[in-house]
Amino acid sequence: MSLLPFCQWLSETRWSIALHESLWAYPLVESTHVWSLALFVGFTVLLDLRLLGLSMRLAPASEVVRRLRPWMIAGFCLMVVTGLLLFYAIPVRTYQSIFFRSKVTLLALAGVNVWVFQTSVWRRVAEWDRDPVPPKGARLAGAASLLLWICIIFAGRLTAYNWFDCDRQPQAAIVNWAAGCVVESE
Amino acid sequence: MSLLPIFEWCETTVVGQTIRDSLWLFPVIEALHLVAFAVLGGTVLLVNLRILGTAFASEPVARLARDTRPWQSGSLAAALASGSLLFLSEPRKLYYSGPFWVKMASLALAILFTFTVHRKLTLADEGQVGPHPRKLAALVSIALWSGVAWGGRWIGFSG
Repeated sequence: MSLLPFCQWLSETRWSIALHESLWAYPLVESTHVWSLALFVGFTVLLDLRLLGLSMRLAPASEVVRRLRPWMIAGFCLMVVTGLLLFYAIPVRTYQSIFFRSKVTLLALAGVNVWVFQTSVWRRVAEWDRDPVPPKGARLAGAASLLLWICIIFAGRLTAYNWFDCDRQPQAAIVNWAAGCVVESE
Repeated sequence: MSLLPIFEWCETTVVGQTIRDSLWLFPVIEALHLVAFAVLGGTVLLVNLRILGTAFASEPVARLARDTRPWQSGSLAAALASGSLLFLSEPRKLYYSGPFWVKMASLALAILFTFTVHRKLTLADEGQVGPHPRKLAALVSIALWSGVAWGGRWIGFSG
């Protein structure tokens, strides 16, 4: 099932057009999205570094998580709200962007990584809480998270570039397939 | 004296030209700049939120500052390096960009403040400094670095 008709409908709603064409609101939402990188991704990286045994080695891992969590939740909400608004302002082009699609996939993988971590090695945190360098499972989760978030930042930044946009034809068949472009066959 | 001739010279450098002529280099350096910003911003916020008493009350301020300092300095170096490359590719455009100058002014102040007043206050032993100067320094630091971030993003909107 394609979400394209929904995105097309969304792009014609009043507020989407207003946000898209606004002189101040769109840049404000976008720079808030970037600012909250520092809060959410910045804290995620610090937590990953703790899991890798590369920073805050004297603080118990559970303490680091407990202290960072409220801020990470706040930062995550800010990112999601501003991110949804950015999508809402330019729905069709964003939906058909291979970079945006990569970003959503990577976000899902980051979610899976957290879930795997929380249901496995985190359950036994009491055993390694004070270890300066946590066990392999935790280090693996930290490394995966670090890598995923770097890729997410890349994919997010590249979404602004139109190299593979559907209105730039001809594109390679795989690009059109991955972006979900509707191309008239000749 | 105008800085314009210097900016115009930067535009002719090989590095600037190489980045300008490439389709991929500018976006990739931009993304690296953002990664460095995220880490830098994370360490800045963490230490400052701790000072403001809203995060990590169990960790002494000085220890947290010392722990995160290599990452703060490293990410600052990475942000400055990648930012310089971005600058070299389009100095003339930046010369006429208001947000660019806002960013540079905030950046100069933020660096100066971070490595003097802020560092001195955060590394001081507990009890040696009162809570109020520290909290004020934390707020100033957040404001200055936020100015850098917002100014930076806004450069892209000031076509």
